Order: sequence, then C-alpha cells, then structure tokens
Amino acid sequence: MHRTGALYGQFKTLEQQKDTASLGMWIFLVTEVMFFGGIMLAYTINRHTYFHAFAMGSNTLSLTLGGFNTVVLLASSFTMAMGVWSAQVGKKDLLKMFLSLTILLGFVFFGVKYVEYAQKFHHHLVPGKSFDITYCVNNPSKCEDIGAEELEVERKEVDAAMQADPDLNAHAQLYYSAYFGMTGLHALHMVIGAGLLFWLLKNSFAGIYTPEWNTPVDIVGLYWHFVDIVWIFLFPLLYLIDRHK
Amino acid sequence: MADQEHHEHIVQPGTYLAIILTLLVLTGLTVGAAYVNLGRLNIVVALAIAVLKATLVVLFFMHAKFSPKRTQLVIIAGIFWLAILLFMTLSDYASRIDYRGVRFPMTQNVRIAGPSRG
Repeated sequence: MHRTGALYGQFKTLEQQKDTASLGMWIFLVTEVMFFGGIMLAYTINRHTYFHAFAMGSNTLSLTLGGFNTVVLLASSFTMAMGVWSAQVGKKDLLKMFLSLTILLGFVFFGVKYVEYAQKFHHHLVPGKSFDITYCVNNPSKCEDIGAEELEVERKEVDAAMQADPDLNAHAQLYYSAYFGMTGLHALHMVIGAGLLFWLLKNSFAGIYTPEWNTPVDIVGLYWHFVDIVWIFLFPLLYLIDRHK
Repeated sequence: MADQEHHEHIVQPGTYLAIILTLLVLTGLTVGAAYVNLGRLNIVVALAIAVLKATLVVLFFMHAKFSPKRTQLVIIAGIFWLAILLFMTLSDYASRIDYRGVRFPMTQNVRIAGPSRG
C-alpha cells in the first residue's frame, strides 16, 4: 500500500525525507555518469585513432533529424521541469498536462530515431556482413532519399577518406557500432523513463501528488533530465565531427 | 544543524523558460560552429558548449543550485571521479607504446626504434 506523504521513523521532517530520496537518486545518477562516461571515453579513443573513418561515418548521419531530436529532447526536459513545478505548487491539472507532453515528446524522439535507424538499414550502414560505407555512393538509385548533390559530396569524402585510411570500411563499421551502441543505450534509458512517466501520470490522475508530497515526480524528473544530458553530449560527439567541408 | 533549516526552493516557470531558450540557442550555436573550420578547436568548442548546456540542466532543471550542500558534494565528487577516469586513461593512451612497438594513434603507424616487444 502506498503511504503517500507518510513520515518514516528514521526521519525528523518530510523535508529531510525528501532530501534523502533526492540524495539517493543523485548517487545512482553518478553511477550512470561513470557508465556513459566510460563508453564516451572508449569512443573518443577510437575516434582519435580512426579519425577519417569516424568523420566519414558522422557525415552520413542526418544532421536535420539529429538536430530536430535534440530540440525535442530539450523541450521534453522543459515540460518535465514544468511538471515538477506544477506538483510543487499543487496545480494538479497542469501536472497531468505536462507529464503527458513529456511522454509525447519522448515518443516523438522514438519516432525520429526509428526513421534514422531504418535509413541506416536501407543504406547498408548497420555493422555486420552487409556493411558498406560506399553503398550509397556506388548505388545512387537505392539511396534516393539522399540528394544527388549531397551524394556527390559524399563521393568525394569517401575517396579522400579511402586515401587516408585504406581500411576505411572496417573502421567506419567501428563508428557505426559505437553509434548504435550509444544511441541504443540512450534510447533504452528513455524507454525506462517513459515507463516511469506513465506511472507518474497514472498516479497524478489519482491525485496523490500534493505540494507536501511529490517526491516521485521530483526523482523521475532528475532521471529524465539526466537522460537529456547524455544526449547533449552524444549529439556533438556523434553528429558533428568534421562537418565543415 | 544548518541542514535542517533547508527549505524546498521552488524554481519558477520564468527561470525554466529562460533556461530552455538558452539551451536552444546553444544548440543552434553548436551546429553553426561545426560548419566553421576551427581545426583541432572544433571538438573543444563542441564539448565546451555541451558542458555549458549540461551545467545549466544540472543547476536549474535538476535544482542542484538549490539542493543541500551534501547533495552538491555528491554531484561534484561524481564529476571529479569522471575527470579521474578521463584524465588517467587518456594520458595513458597518449603516452603509450603498445606491444608491437607502435605509438598511439595507430593510423600514424610510427614504429618506435628498438627491439620488438611482446
């Protein structure tokens, strides 16, 4: 049974109880920082070692889709923060609205990510047997979603990168492994976050969050913002290598 | 204890709005900067903007600015721990000669003179 807002024996005040919950969440988030930090570190070392292949891989990502998703995720962090505020001042209808908006923006992010992933499958950019960084350059008819002009730029990039790195395909595959690994883990965190948001929404319809007790909204908010921060770093690391041509 | 006198600070919507607008401007800035050839500085600028954005999210969206000192200490300790991970590993890679006598990064393929190792 949910003892909403009950003061547990080990705490003196509700305030202290809430600070403790938030401290615990932060300690968990620190472990998450180390988790993603380690992955980004491994990525950085590979990117430094195989710079040409990683730059080539990065340039095959859609900056429009990635940039759009960055805006969507930042906006979802804003609606989440507004949700926390709504709970703190007891505006129960606003809380429901902001939680719903946050979920909606989360799903917009998933939708765009689906489009991006699907594109990579069509362009033979998924690590494995059929991976071919030159696929679109060599089969323009199969990649009609890329403009002819853009493809011409890509052809020159591939030629230049081949000169610099004879093993381009293998190293570009490494880039795409990192891309799917990192964005996949990020998306997994978002799926968990969306699940938590649905749970908050359900509870907010039961009206259990009040200005005196809204700890879960606050804690899930911390998690959602953390996932946003991960994307804040993933976006420049993955999408913005060597864009200037 | 001073901590017991800590009262919940409610961050107002106006602050959130100012922060999200700043974050969006910084996102535009980081995309714009990627198209300017700054050589080695491109990644530095991109990461500096990312750090700034993350700091704004932590301080305001995550209320770290108004959290008890104990919580702030945990956050700072976490970032410091990450810095140790990054610094020690990168300095190792930057100065390492691997078992084949090849200096990092391997694409440069510089063989270091001397007997082969390993």
